Amino acid sequence: MSMAAPEPKANMGQSVPRYDAVAKVTGRAQYAADVPLANPAYAYLVTSSIAKGRIDRFDLTVAKQVRGVIDIVTHENAETLKEPKLSSNGGYASTTIQPLKSPEIAHEGQIVAVVLAETFEAAREAAHLVKVSYTAAVPTATFDSPGTTAARAKGQLSQFKEDPAVGDFAKAFEQAEVKVTASYETPTQHHNSMELFATSCVWNGDSLTIYEPSQYVYGLKNAVADQLGIDADKVRVINPYVGGAFGSKGSMTPRTAIIASIARRLGRPVKLVATRDQGFTIATYRAETRHVIQIGAGSDGRLTALRHEGAEISSRPDAYAVGGTKTTTRLYACPNVASLVSIVRADRNTPGFMRSPPEVPYMFALESAMDELAVKLNMDPIELRRVNDTSKEPIGGKPYTSRSLLACYDEGAKAFGWANRNSQPKSMSDGDWLIGYGCATTCYPTQMAPAAARVRLQRDGRARVEIAGHEIGNGAYTVIGQAAAERLGIPFEKVSVFIGDSDLPPAPVAGGSNSTASTCSAVITVCDQIRRRLFKALMPDENLVDKAKETVGLAQPPSTQAAQSDRPLDLDRAFDALGVSVVEEYGEWKPEGAPMDSFRAMHKGEVRMVGGDKMSDKIAYAFGAEFVEVRVNRWTHEIRVPRIVGAFAAGHIMNPRTSHSQLMGGLIWGMSSALHEATEIDPRYARYVNDNLADYLMPVNADVPSVEVIMLSEQDDHINPAGVKGLGELANVGTNAAVCNAIFHATGQRIRKLPVRLEKLEA
Amino acid sequence: MRPFAYQRATDASAAVAALAVAATDNNPLTESKVQPLAGGTTLIDLMKLDVMRPSTVIDINPLASAWSAINLDGGNLRLGALARMSDVAANPEIQHNYPVVADALRLAASQQLRNMATLGGNVLQRTRCTYFRDVSYGNCNKRNPGSGCAALEGINRMHAVLGISEQCIATYPGDFAQALIALDATVEITGRSGVRTIPFSELHKPPGNSPQIETTLAAGELISGFSIPGRWPRSVYLKARDRQSYEFALASAAVALDIQDGVVRDARVALGGVATVPWRAREAEAVIKGQKLDDGLAQRVAEAAFATAKGNKHNAFKIGLGKRVVARALHQAAAMEV
Repeated sequence: MSMAAPEPKANMGQSVPRYDAVAKVTGRAQYAADVPLANPAYAYLVTSSIAKGRIDRFDLTVAKQVRGVIDIVTHENAETLKEPKLSSNGGYASTTIQPLKSPEIAHEGQIVAVVLAETFEAAREAAHLVKVSYTAAVPTATFDSPGTTAARAKGQLSQFKEDPAVGDFAKAFEQAEVKVTASYETPTQHHNSMELFATSCVWNGDSLTIYEPSQYVYGLKNAVADQLGIDADKVRVINPYVGGAFGSKGSMTPRTAIIASIARRLGRPVKLVATRDQGFTIATYRAETRHVIQIGAGSDGRLTALRHEGAEISSRPDAYAVGGTKTTTRLYACPNVASLVSIVRADRNTPGFMRSPPEVPYMFALESAMDELAVKLNMDPIELRRVNDTSKEPIGGKPYTSRSLLACYDEGAKAFGWANRNSQPKSMSDGDWLIGYGCATTCYPTQMAPAAARVRLQRDGRARVEIAGHEIGNGAYTVIGQAAAERLGIPFEKVSVFIGDSDLPPAPVAGGSNSTASTCSAVITVCDQIRRRLFKALMPDENLVDKAKETVGLAQPPSTQAAQSDRPLDLDRAFDALGVSVVEEYGEWKPEGAPMDSFRAMHKGEVRMVGGDKMSDKIAYAFGAEFVEVRVNRWTHEIRVPRIVGAFAAGHIMNPRTSHSQLMGGLIWGMSSALHEATEIDPRYARYVNDNLADYLMPVNADVPSVEVIMLSEQDDHINPAGVKGLGELANVGTNAAVCNAIFHATGQRIRKLPVRLEKLEA
Repeated sequence: MRPFAYQRATDASAAVAALAVAATDNNPLTESKVQPLAGGTTLIDLMKLDVMRPSTVIDINPLASAWSAINLDGGNLRLGALARMSDVAANPEIQHNYPVVADALRLAASQQLRNMATLGGNVLQRTRCTYFRDVSYGNCNKRNPGSGCAALEGINRMHAVLGISEQCIATYPGDFAQALIALDATVEITGRSGVRTIPFSELHKPPGNSPQIETTLAAGELISGFSIPGRWPRSVYLKARDRQSYEFALASAAVALDIQDGVVRDARVALGGVATVPWRAREAEAVIKGQKLDDGLAQRVAEAAFATAKGNKHNAFKIGLGKRVVARALHQAAAMEV
């Protein structure tokens, strides 16, 4: 075992290498834009250079003279597509702003024309020669820009139903012995997945095949069918590998139906690979947020009052909000809680999901404020979390299904050497560098959604698993294969896994960290169907229910099922008895508490996510504790992070190796969200200025000398058959606060507005 | 990117002849329809962005056999213009005798880029001003003279505080040039009428009223080499930036000192990341010469270096940062064991 492939602890699967590792490192893995097409036309987008106004006219004369140009599609000649509905409001789309529909411009970088040519190079050259005349209006860029409108989020979108509150905050805060009131800000961020936003559309008669990186092939298939007005069964989305997504590929963006429509009109395949800078405006992003936190506490550190007010930017037509108060109001014991989330509209593209959408900005505010409170109380910040730990969330009094937060703090603190910390700010240094230690809590809701799978088992012990899950770098192939291998009692090497294709049985969106829990629970369910069939063939006279329980382990609590399916079937005997050489089962699984229409919705590409705070009698979260050492240069104020330690507990760990990667990447992302990543907006033009990887900073290797990931054993029997709490979005939460808390410890300066650039530190 | 013809130069005279062909109008050299290609790390990038639109590219890499030598003879350093940044940075004699040169090169870009980029191309690297690099902004005096400067009232955190004008505040982005200008380097320029040599400090032109003209190179001229007189073992390049590697300077200082018996006999100070051109801080050098370096003196030197600096909305911090970088670099150089 190595650092990358940790030794499994109790209730953990094996650290098997990634199923798709060799294909990826040898370049054999085919991503959407790699798929060869027969005689494709190449599309290149022309996007708007203004953020508000209208197109007066196009001058396409010169562009059309470029050799190889086939056509240029603008709003003047584009097919009219059905208007999409926003995904966070019950639809499929990432935005309702539909380009090529009218001359109106709603945001910078809106698609205004699509150039089609025989080669990519000709399409690009012609696109640079398209002349667009606009009548520009003065746009509203962001908070504080003239022309914003603000309103309470509740009631504007179906996904945000409540501003959690309990008790009497105002009175309790008034009476509190110790008080903290502080404002925080987080910046605009873009996903910047390595794989660009590519779409290839191929028609065969009235059937459409789409090659596009997607976190939700069933969603995309139904969404495009809806916009084109065709039967969803005629649309197939294929993407066996996704080169990073982070939320940006979860809902349909306008480009897909546009390219499909053009391909239908041209009668030949069309391939689009949007450029890096276009990716900033033709898809979604994490909107900038503002927060006010008020905490009241006794001198013993116990919280008596908490108020969290958040405001988020969205586009003019779409009410999108992440609304993280559902988490921050329930994290610590506190009898009096109030909260409010508002949406502020500006002339921007519609924001959307980005890795841990609510938790990254909202937990930054809460975990920074908790550190400020610890300083005011002169209390160790871990001790402050200890006195406010709870087994029941304070809003509805529901119990956490399991909660290992303090164990994570204990393990993490030990590994980090927290005991060596001198609690006084500016007390530690090494030569030119001031040293600071900081910590923060992370948590992420445990979510599940209905999923289906088909499993085939052969007499020779080989199995084939089919499920329309998504390999977005998360290790989906690997853990799905492991779930089947463990359940069927066959070696992992004998399992073939097929995912990323909407012709396979439906799985939910690979978002909200539900993927492993949902897909593995479905696969386990179907493997059990196979075991029952084989068992019944072997012992037709036995009481099936009792014996099945005993044989396939159904009597075990859910979370231990995967680990304990160690009783191999005698396949030769079973297949002899059955009289066939192959058994195949299709099955559907839905989590406890899933709505009545779950299975129907699953096939329609509509997600019915349950879990987290949405369950009637309990609340399920994964937890972690994160520790950061920062060094601040006395002369330059450069901020570096030589060490990060994260300790996490997330139920059954399917694979310590892939989980380790997810968590390590998350910690680096979290550090990046504190120090590096920010999309700058020119307020005059409402335009993204640093829309490229040279100017949109993220850490390079030299910025990440050491990251230590600790996974704690945790068993949770109350969540799903796999016993899994999603962890893909766990580690990048709270890291931003831990970094700022460490900066305070190093310098005595509290930074409440991200990202922390060196100029924010005073001499 | 637009279609272009690609030609390989067979020798220097063919290269300059080919480059001179298109140089009949009064356009700035950067707008010339014929452009030389060496490492390509700037040119190809800007062609993809549609910022540079040459119709012909002359590949001068075949001249490398003649133009990429590294010579340390007679106490001087001569560097061929087609030497790769990585090769020069890794040269042990340069690391020992000219640490400021080796470090300026080593701390620039990434290893992959340094493996490709040549010294001549590097000193001509064009600004990273985001408004310059995005042709959808009409207002850029460098690209469209007279159109205005989007950066002046825009997002200008990375922009210059020294050598700026009302027409342009774009930062000269390179590192190596600060070492050259600090050490009184000369540039060897090959043209149709032979070779001429000018001080490196005369190569770049501050924006003034014509930011589109960036150098004093004439049409049909190529940089063929650089010379640095003397040895400067007590020299440092200090670079402050947002991340630890692969990032441009927010402020940098190239400092070289000659200290005898505790007294500074000669001092060189050049600044990067803060000026529109490679920037020699001669006023600062005057403060230090003949003095003993201490905290107070380092502070006065730094103040002198930025006496004429002017910040804009987001980059005023560079003045304070730059002073601290200069002071730290002075101390670091003084503390070197040579």
